Amino acid sequence: MPARRKRLELVCPAGTPAALRTAVDAGADTVYCGLNNETNARNFPGLNFSENELATAVRYAHGKGAKLLLAVNTFARAGATAIWTRAVDVAQACGADAVIAADLAVLDYAAKRYPDLRLHLSVQAAANTPEAIGYYQKTFGVRRVVLPRVLSVEEIARLNQEVAVETEAFVFGGLCVMTEGRCALSSYATGKSPNLTGVCSPPDHVVYEKTPDRRLLARLGGFTVDRFDEGEAAGYPTLCKGQFCAKGKAGYLFEDPVSLNAAALLPGLQEAGVTAVKIEGRQRGKAYIGSVVRAFRRAVEDLAGDGKANDLAEALTALTEGGRQTTGAYRKTWR
Amino acid sequence: MAKIELALGPCFFNWSAERFADFYARIADEAAVDRVYLGEVVCGKRMPFLNKVWPEAVDRLTRAGKTVVLSTLALPAKGPERRAVMELAEQDLPIEINDLSALPARAGRPFVAGPFLNVYNESSLAHLAEQGATDWCPPVELPLSSIETAAAANPGVTVELFAFGRLPLALSGRCYHARAHGLSKDSCQFVCDRDPDGMEVETLEGERFLAVNGIQTLSSGCQLASLTAADLAQSGTGRLRLSPHTLDMVEVAGHYRALLDGECSVEETAARFREMPLPGAACNGYLTGEAGWRAVAQ
Repeated sequence: MPARRKRLELVCPAGTPAALRTAVDAGADTVYCGLNNETNARNFPGLNFSENELATAVRYAHGKGAKLLLAVNTFARAGATAIWTRAVDVAQACGADAVIAADLAVLDYAAKRYPDLRLHLSVQAAANTPEAIGYYQKTFGVRRVVLPRVLSVEEIARLNQEVAVETEAFVFGGLCVMTEGRCALSSYATGKSPNLTGVCSPPDHVVYEKTPDRRLLARLGGFTVDRFDEGEAAGYPTLCKGQFCAKGKAGYLFEDPVSLNAAALLPGLQEAGVTAVKIEGRQRGKAYIGSVVRAFRRAVEDLAGDGKANDLAEALTALTEGGRQTTGAYRKTWR
Repeated sequence: MAKIELALGPCFFNWSAERFADFYARIADEAAVDRVYLGEVVCGKRMPFLNKVWPEAVDRLTRAGKTVVLSTLALPAKGPERRAVMELAEQDLPIEINDLSALPARAGRPFVAGPFLNVYNESSLAHLAEQGATDWCPPVELPLSSIETAAAANPGVTVELFAFGRLPLALSGRCYHARAHGLSKDSCQFVCDRDPDGMEVETLEGERFLAVNGIQTLSSGCQLASLTAADLAQSGTGRLRLSPHTLDMVEVAGHYRALLDGECSVEETAARFREMPLPGAACNGYLTGEAGWRAVAQ
């Protein structure tokens, strides 16, 4: 009988206090959330936590044996870094289990001011080599790195041999096609960017327009990003998943409108030495969070038990963008 | 007021060794630039073809009195790419760091913080200055007001503003040139060499929008930061970076030098650039914190 393996830690999103309770109740080991300002990379209206809500959320999570991480993962605005350092202060005061940060300024402040506060390196820092990860570990005492979605499972396994920190890998939800934290497509089209304001392809810059031939154009910041036939479900015009023309051919130049589902790769990721797997989607509602978290909870339990993953892919398909999914960079052929 | 310098940034595109040799020979002989960045920053697969180009270019440019800086890869991943970055960082030559992977090997010696590093504020710049950063080319989306704040807090760092060329917007693990040609990154056949200024990406309605260069996505629009020396000095900028394209870069440098020396007004400079075959429509929105594609009166 194979030895019982160490169970993968399941890290789940919480955009609201209700979603947080849902995620914890559905079996999240850890939840991550952000304050309702520009310090977090999901800075959408109606989402995220006030300082009081965060304190309550930490008590709720801890009461159920779960951990809470605060994402302070945008890059501080010049002349206004106090907003970001204040977010770190809040995390410490509320008893958050770690801060997820990307900005050298935020990491530097947290490491110096609160040497005992656990730091996770955000995917927005795009650290994908042992040298870069080593720098963050030695300089700021970072304990875990959220891996950019550019590495294959084999490369993650090699990386884990060479680094002295835990790694966390995204397994489900929205998929950045560009290296996270190194993409300014959104600000080029709209003036708002993930790095600076915590938004990508922001809704207030989206316009849907009917054409005379009854098709629907989806525009972002004045640029047409996608086109839908009459009766076709109109997707959201995320820049990197739009249709464009190059060399006279129209198509999804960067990526199809798909989302990430690496459920089938959980055994490989565990084998590769990943400590935690992460679900994207702080902008998602309670029902979605509950379904996805329950499914992945069962998967990581099964994996820890007999080393096999149950077949999650089908159960989760309904929850992916347009029902279409990819394993992204985890399989080398994606490149 | 100190003279505002001009720099020629690293070329992002997959040009042939011959094209590079001719290009840098002419830059050495004729261009009004004070420093030149050399090296492959976009794709590690291109590096082996170009290793023979750089020593001669370094020599030629140095003899012409230019400061030569070697730029490092922006997204090193594979073993040979990481080793190339570390070898550059270990040498005592001036280098530009475009990924923090290079920082440990640099070990406190001076370097230029390149535009691919996420340095958005005075504190992160101060951190890198402590590690040896002497010069900083800010990320292209950073507005001048933020650059001014960061520069004022770090007077020892020279700010180099990205002033000309298609804006480097994104990097990816995936090669879009290969994808557009139905190939994968590992068997790409180096098709990116067919687009020496990037592959034009239009919207479905035929509007020019972006440009693809292997794993890199650039703007279709061409940044033109036509600011006077006084305005630049106000923002703390000490140098302008011109990014290489196939049009006459000697002429581009000449127009900027004339503007900075007060021989030509902002309007006259704009008119001169209108006469040139720019790679895309003139844009500058990022400088004032607007959408990057916009052309805003300065």
